[in-house]
Amino acid sequence: MSDLMVIINMLALVYLGWFVERSLQKNKSKMWLFSGLVVVMLVILFTLPNYGPTYSYIMVTTILMYLVLTVSWALFSGPTGYISLAPAAFFGVGIYTSAVLGKDIPLLAVVLLGGILSFVLAMIVGALTLRLKGTYFIMFTFGLVLLITNLLLWYEIKFTGTRGRFVVAAGNDTIYYVMLGIFILLLITAFIIKRSKFGLALQSIGQNEEAAAHMGINVTGVKVIVFAITAFFMGMAGAIMTMKWTYIDPYSAFDLFRSFLPVLMAIFGGMRYFYGPVLGSVIFAYLEEKLLTEFPYVYKLAFGIVLIAVILYLPDGLAGLVDKIRARIARKKNALT
Amino acid sequence: MLEINNLNAFYGSIQVLWDVSLKVNKGEIVALIGSNGAGKSTLVRTVTGLLRATSGSIKFLDHPIENLPSHVISEMGISHIPEGRRLFTDMNVLENLEIGAYPRNAWKNKGKTLEHVFQIFPRLKERGHQLARTLSGGEQQMLAMGRGLMSEPKLCIIDEPSNGLAPMVVLEVFDIIKSLRDQGITILLIEQNVRHTLEISDRAYVLENGRVVMEGDCATCLASEHIKKAYLGL
Repeated sequence: MSDLMVIINMLALVYLGWFVERSLQKNKSKMWLFSGLVVVMLVILFTLPNYGPTYSYIMVTTILMYLVLTVSWALFSGPTGYISLAPAAFFGVGIYTSAVLGKDIPLLAVVLLGGILSFVLAMIVGALTLRLKGTYFIMFTFGLVLLITNLLLWYEIKFTGTRGRFVVAAGNDTIYYVMLGIFILLLITAFIIKRSKFGLALQSIGQNEEAAAHMGINVTGVKVIVFAITAFFMGMAGAIMTMKWTYIDPYSAFDLFRSFLPVLMAIFGGMRYFYGPVLGSVIFAYLEEKLLTEFPYVYKLAFGIVLIAVILYLPDGLAGLVDKIRARIARKKNALT
Repeated sequence: MLEINNLNAFYGSIQVLWDVSLKVNKGEIVALIGSNGAGKSTLVRTVTGLLRATSGSIKFLDHPIENLPSHVISEMGISHIPEGRRLFTDMNVLENLEIGAYPRNAWKNKGKTLEHVFQIFPRLKERGHQLARTLSGGEQQMLAMGRGLMSEPKLCIIDEPSNGLAPMVVLEVFDIIKSLRDQGITILLIEQNVRHTLEISDRAYVLENGRVVMEGDCATCLASEHIKKAYLGL
């Protein structure tokens, strides 16, 4: 029963992602219907703690965490092709903001500050590294996570004399609402970026950076600012999520798995589509939770196999598969008439 | 409009441009000709801010621009239609044109400019939703030129527009360049196709081994023995 609740809410999340993609298209037919459905989906999502069992919204919170990480990752890395392995760093900055300041300032302020600190870190890192290309950029962002982890570890042991920290906990429903709020804010931001000339600029940078510079695009500036905006969301997600975990140390806060998973989830869902990463992370996160609890020993193995299969057979991910099937149905219809 | 004085530029430790001076007046087509490796593209990269000049000055509308980043230069009204077209091949024709209007002022007028570009290149209108890479070579050149015009430039630097095009299409492209001048756009035309270039241009500079070896109006250039021998094969 509670699984059904989770799945209904997962569908609602995917729908929101799809709706953003749809409203970016020129095709405006039936928009009133789709917009109406958005309201329905939002009601379903926002009232989940009222009708669903605790387990269901804890589960959806986890899914939302992956959603925020993956969608914001794909917002920058999708069009530009700059593969960043820094999500764990920005997420971790949020976590530590929460751990250090959680006692002293109100919850929403902590979350916002977590985002802002990540934003600042991303601005600095971006200004330094976004002139790098390809492998160098990937390596640097990867190194950044390790650098921060070890710096923190050194600091904690030397100055505070402990390894980890306790975090002020928050209620499961509070965490859920805040996480949902962050996700919706992210969708709105993504919509604004994609519709503005920034979206077009990002796309052109991904295709031919020098030509983009010829067009009068401040290439580095655009990259840095969008990179930082996505880090803002990752930081906020870290700040709120950690209130569920109550105890953290540098290793768990800067878990590199949180850098890899967004990449995998986005590829799994299909990066050429906006709702691809949404679809990918919703399904992936659900499977992860299920497999982790029911088959703890084989779950990473199963992931590996799924991923290899997707890369080999579905280069455009699940969203690409959906498109292919729709095209086939449309062809059949045309053939009949 | 554009004034380059005693420009020197290096790639690493290799000097590519030696004391180059060049002037483009308003309403002219100025040709810059020279063989492969003469430094034509380097000169363009320096003007558009992609490469720093080591010494010398570049002035556009009497403002020094030699130290400005390229996005600022293009906001000032210099549009560069690059060699090899450099289209965004996986974006459609409309998106390619739209991104051409990226500079702040041009973005506001992009609807109107787009109409204008479609008048010059009606075929682009038909191809609006096609991906740029599915266009023919000639159409791609038209798209590159249309994209360059979308920024409402005062000066258009057109780099090797005839490159890789069929002879008939080359003539068409040169006709269009001439009509752009007649609409009041100043043009710096970089070409290897010397004869056609000299026929439509007002003045010309000849670049060899990074130095300007000849300058003057096109009739004089066409009559010169050196040009005849080295570039026209006569």
